[in-house]
Amino acid sequence: MIFTLALRNLFHDGIRFVGTLVGIGFAIILVTVQLGLYLGFSRQITGMVDHADADLWVVRKGTTSFEQAATLDGGERQLALAVDGVASVTSLGVSFLEWKKPNGEATTVVIVGTPRTGGLAPWNIVEGTAADLATPDGVIVDQTYLEELGVKGVGDTAQIEGKTVRVAALTKGIRAFTTTPYIFMTTDRARALVGFGNTEATYLLVRVAPGENVEAVKKRLAARLPDTEVVAQDHFSNRSRDYWLFSTGAGFALIAGAILGLIVGTVIVAQTLYASTKDHIDEFATLRAIGATSRYIHKVILCQALISAAVGFSIAALVGVGVVYLTADSVLPIVLTTPLLFALLGLTVAMCVISAMAAIAKVTRIDPAVVFAR
Amino acid sequence: MTEPVIHGEGVVMTLGEGEARVNALKGVDLAVHTGELTLLMGPSGSGKTTLLSILGCVLTPSSGVITVAGQKTHHLSSEALAAMRRAQIGFVFQSYHLFPTLTAQENVELVLDVRGERGASARKRARDSLAAVGIEHKAAVLPGRLSGGEQQRVAIERALVGNPSIILADEPTAALDSENGHAVMEVLAGVAKERAVMAVTHDPRTLPFADRIVRIEDGKIIGEERPRSE
Repeated sequence: MIFTLALRNLFHDGIRFVGTLVGIGFAIILVTVQLGLYLGFSRQITGMVDHADADLWVVRKGTTSFEQAATLDGGERQLALAVDGVASVTSLGVSFLEWKKPNGEATTVVIVGTPRTGGLAPWNIVEGTAADLATPDGVIVDQTYLEELGVKGVGDTAQIEGKTVRVAALTKGIRAFTTTPYIFMTTDRARALVGFGNTEATYLLVRVAPGENVEAVKKRLAARLPDTEVVAQDHFSNRSRDYWLFSTGAGFALIAGAILGLIVGTVIVAQTLYASTKDHIDEFATLRAIGATSRYIHKVILCQALISAAVGFSIAALVGVGVVYLTADSVLPIVLTTPLLFALLGLTVAMCVISAMAAIAKVTRIDPAVVFAR
Repeated sequence: MTEPVIHGEGVVMTLGEGEARVNALKGVDLAVHTGELTLLMGPSGSGKTTLLSILGCVLTPSSGVITVAGQKTHHLSSEALAAMRRAQIGFVFQSYHLFPTLTAQENVELVLDVRGERGASARKRARDSLAAVGIEHKAAVLPGRLSGGEQQRVAIERALVGNPSIILADEPTAALDSENGHAVMEVLAGVAKERAVMAVTHDPRTLPFADRIVRIEDGKIIGEERPRSE
C-alpha cells in the first residue's frame, strides 16, 4: 500500500512528476556526460601506457606523462639487461614531430617507435597488420585522425621531418587526450626521424622474469640506473592521468560539472517532493491520526523519492547510452562502463533520498489534530 | 455499567498565548462506554471538537488525565499515542478525509496496512467491510466519484475495519443531505451495539439515534440525558 500510495501521489500531480523526471534526467545526463568524459579522457591518457608490454618503465627523471618524454642517454638498455630478474628490455622512441600533409599543410604528431611485436605495438588494427610497420616507410595511424593528417587511408603518403612515410595500416580508437595524433612506426625509423643514435630511446620497457618479484627488480634497476626513474606500469599510468587531468584542471572541471549536476538535481527533486508533500499534508495528517507510525509516513515519501529516482534514472540511462553510441568514434568519446552505470544509479538514489529529507522534516512536524479543523 | 473505553478526568485545554489565550476546556469529566452512541452537542466554539481530539489522543490536554482502554495516556510518546489510536480508536471526520488517489477499497485497506495486515486477507476484509454498508460495487471507485453519503460510509468502514474499541466521529452528518445523514446515523447506531461510539454534532437529525446526549458549552459539560431511558 505504501508503494501504491506513493505512486498515486506522484501520478496525481502529473505535470509536477514530469518536471521531476526531467530534472532528474537532465541532472543525471549531465553527470553521465561529465563522468563519461572523465573516463574517456582517462582511457585516452593511459591507453598507451596500459597497452605496453611491460612490468616496469625506465624513464628520464621528471617525466610527467607518456607524451612529455625526455631522451635517455643510450647505455641504459645494456645495463638494465644485466640486472638480475630482468627478462627483456625494449626500447621505445616517442617524440613530437611535424607531419606534412600531401597538400602542404603541417600538423604536429606524436611518433611512437616500437617493435612490431611486444613493446608498444599498435592494437585494434582494422586494416592491415602490425607487421606492416616493417614495410618501406610504413606507419600506422588511427582512422579517427585521417582527415586531420590529410590522408584518406592505407597507401597514402605524407612527410615527417622531410622524409616520406606511407600509411600501411589503420587502427580504431587509439586517440590522444592532447588531440595530437599518434603515428606508430618501427623504433629504427623513429630514431632516424628524431635523430637519435642507434641505442638512444625515450623509454625502456622492462619485462620481469617469471617468478621474480617486480618490486625487488624495480629496486635493483633503480640502483643500477641512478640517473633514471624506474616506475611500475600502473604507477606510470596513474601519473600520466593525474598530470593531464589534475595539473591542467581538466579533471577538476569535469568533476565540478558532475557535482553541479547532482546539486541541481537534488534541489529540483527536493523542491518537487516538498511541494507534493505540502499538497498532500492533510492525507499525511490523516495517516498520522489513524495511527500510522512516523516510519510508515517516511516510507511513503522515500518511496516517492525512489520511484522518481528509478524512472528518472531509466530515462537518463537510455539517453546516456545514446550519447555514448553517438560519440564512440569521435575524438571525445564518452565512456559508460557497467561500474559507472551502477555508480550513477547509486548517485541518483542518494540524490533523491537526500531530496526527501526536507519533505520528511515537514511531515515530522504534522499535528494530526488538523484533520478535525478541515 | 461497564468500564469506560475512554475516560477524561479534569480535562483542561488552553489554546493560544498572551491576549489570544483561550480556555477551550475548563475541567471536563467524561466517560464513554461500550454499547452506547453518545452525542456530544453544543454550539460552535463550545469545545466539543477539542474534547473529541483530546479523547482521541491526537491532542494533548494542558492538564487532566485521559484513560483509553485502561491505560493512562499523559506519559506516552507521540509514537505510543499513534499505536494507541491504531489499536483502540477509529475516526470519522466531517470532511471524510479519504485519500483521493486511492479507491474506496484501498482507503479501507490502508488502515489494515498501517496495522501491518497485508495481502489477500486484508483485501477481503476491506471488500467485506464495504459490503456491510452496501457499497461493495463501488470498491474500485475513487472517492471523487462517490456521493457524499457513499464517501462517509467508506470513511466509517475505514474507521471500523481495524476493529477499534471506540469510534469517534466529528460532525458525521454535517455535509450530508437528510437521506444520507439518516443512513450514516443508522450505521453508527448499529456499530454502537458492539462498541463505544461518540459523535460530536449540532445536527438535530441525529438525536433519535442517541443513547446518551452530553451537552457542552463554553468549555464545560452542562448537562447529560439518556433519551431512551426516559
